Amino acid sequence: MTSTSTPRATGGAGAAGTEGVREYTALGGDWDDIAADAARLGDERVVVNMGPQHPSTHGVLRIVLEIEGETVTEARAGIGFLHTGIEKNMEYRTFTQGVTFCTRMDYVAPLFQETAYCLAVEKLLDITDDVPERATLIRVLMMELNRVASHLIAIGTGGNELGATTMMTIAFREREEILRLFEAITGLRMNHAYIRPGGVAQDLPPGTTARIREAIPRIRNGIGELEKLTLANPIFIGRTKGVGYLPLAGAMALGCAGPILRSAGLPYDLRKAQPYCGYETYDFEVPTHTDADAYARVVVRFAEARESLKIVEQVLDRLEAQERSGKHPVMVADRKIAWPAQLAVGSDGQGNSLDHIREIMGTSMEALIHHFKLVTEGFRVPAGQVYQQIEHAKGIMGVHLVSDGGTRPYRVHFRDPSFNNLQSLGIMCEGGGLADVVVAVASIDPVLGGVDR
Amino acid sequence: MTEENVQSDGGATPENVEGALARPERAPIDIVDVRTGMFGVRGTGDTSGFGGLVRTVALPGPSERPYGGYFDEVVDILAEVLGEQGIAFDDAVEKVVVFRGELTIHVAREHLLAVVRALRDDQDLRFELCLGVNGVHYPNDTGRELHCIYPLNSVTHNRSIRLEVAVPDADPHVPSVVEVYPANDWHERETYDFFGVIFDGHPALTRIEMPDDWVGHPQRKDYPLGGIEVEFKGATIPAPDNRRSYS
Repeated sequence: MTSTSTPRATGGAGAAGTEGVREYTALGGDWDDIAADAARLGDERVVVNMGPQHPSTHGVLRIVLEIEGETVTEARAGIGFLHTGIEKNMEYRTFTQGVTFCTRMDYVAPLFQETAYCLAVEKLLDITDDVPERATLIRVLMMELNRVASHLIAIGTGGNELGATTMMTIAFREREEILRLFEAITGLRMNHAYIRPGGVAQDLPPGTTARIREAIPRIRNGIGELEKLTLANPIFIGRTKGVGYLPLAGAMALGCAGPILRSAGLPYDLRKAQPYCGYETYDFEVPTHTDADAYARVVVRFAEARESLKIVEQVLDRLEAQERSGKHPVMVADRKIAWPAQLAVGSDGQGNSLDHIREIMGTSMEALIHHFKLVTEGFRVPAGQVYQQIEHAKGIMGVHLVSDGGTRPYRVHFRDPSFNNLQSLGIMCEGGGLADVVVAVASIDPVLGGVDR
Repeated sequence: MTEENVQSDGGATPENVEGALARPERAPIDIVDVRTGMFGVRGTGDTSGFGGLVRTVALPGPSERPYGGYFDEVVDILAEVLGEQGIAFDDAVEKVVVFRGELTIHVAREHLLAVVRALRDDQDLRFELCLGVNGVHYPNDTGRELHCIYPLNSVTHNRSIRLEVAVPDADPHVPSVVEVYPANDWHERETYDFFGVIFDGHPALTRIEMPDDWVGHPQRKDYPLGGIEVEFKGATIPAPDNRRSYS
């Protein structure tokens, strides 16, 4: 479709203000005819759809580009192709079941959604301080490992979209190390539903801390390898320096946080500003850059991944110190909230602990009733609303949770960082080249599962 | 207590609001709904004996000073800045709620733009980041069915507050804050898409998640979740929104 007046790219066909605009539908027709027609009219401006299925749009993202030659004059993102109604679904499940839904939003960083949601539920229950120390340590461990995995995906797929397949394979190789750790801890590589309101589903299996310690040098090496391959590479520098520029004022106005904001020079990190999960007790830096372009964002992500590994090591020290003093709970003591079952590996590879089943089926009718009530009905959460913010790998994740005093969330809304950050696509792309759109999208690092929810 | 008398007197009956008579100056607790029965059973077939249950859904009511922490300061400065513009604080702010250590300022929609402008621009407030807007639908909160919640962060002072605007379903208009916080562009489109709140002054208020020709606003409470019944070993498991509910 080309246009002769000034319709905005966001306006649909037949929208007000587009009367009299010549429209070409390129559906199986001969592109030469359309091009010739456009040339006859002396119309250089072309509106092009990139996506919704395109190898370099990070998922089912549609980008509507108005181009003049190779220059992008207007860029708008069209989203919604992956909308699955997760928030609506959560209104029909108990508070505990909600975790299995929200973990599927940003599937590259599932543990952030789980933690943010559980922190919100705990705040509304007013049990934030009752969550056991060990559960909080495990949450921090999982989130920081997840941050490394998410940043690796951001950098690796960004490289892949520029044609650097090696960047992608190295990044995925190192992410695989982390996913293996997740599998050992939660049983799943993604969509864990491991962090639950009140704590975590189960304690770390024996030997986990040693296993993570053993993996950290390998991950760190891999990050170093990727860093060397990337940051000094003249092609990568040529493609990313000065591209996707979004200065501090723009990032603030558009509400962009995370690596985008920090690449513009503001060290705003909720782990420092509004600590949760005990982040104020860890020693780490908030890396920043001042160039505010795609290259700076990659530099910031590399530095953040290294800082995250530093936090992981500190968590491991504390977990090991704790393990030396016996067994510690990973779920709140309140039996009205804590999930009644303890998981144990059965002959089928999963299941409840046999001791627990023996107790509820054989000796205690009350325990059986309690188990049944808590699992089918769930616990009640006082009426009210809370807003919990955490520093997601991609920016500020906010969870707005409303309860009506029942066993299900009345309304839960996730302010996904990618959803917000993707708004900056237009300002990053307009005036640049068509090929730079790919770089800008990669530097925002949107995950469409989180954007559309 | 029936739903009618809750609506007729704004939710403050002596039966359900303890101390309302003793302290008449205090605003009533925010009752948004009244539920009857249990397990979602209606009409015949309720052999549980729980059919007579009546439960009011009351959100935390207005707080009294001191609010604690920086909340008093934020509210005081906001009142001062609004006063300089000739807006009476009581006209602009319906109530101030502190719950679970979080401050919610309920704002009248006519003054929303003035309030967000003051919150962003005044050097002692400086809420530079707006984390979007989010809707909540209370179908039985007559005249205030649709609520919009704006979480705000101040990077300068490291503070977080929240604004809440309530509008009737019959007139779901809220001024757009995009001119103050451009970040709210997509968030307002999302709230329009899901709740049908019309943000006046938004540059392009179109659906964002649902298809353009979609009918209805999916996150409203009267919009069904949908789903199909699943047969499992001869038994039929109803779709999630038709299952037994406990609240």
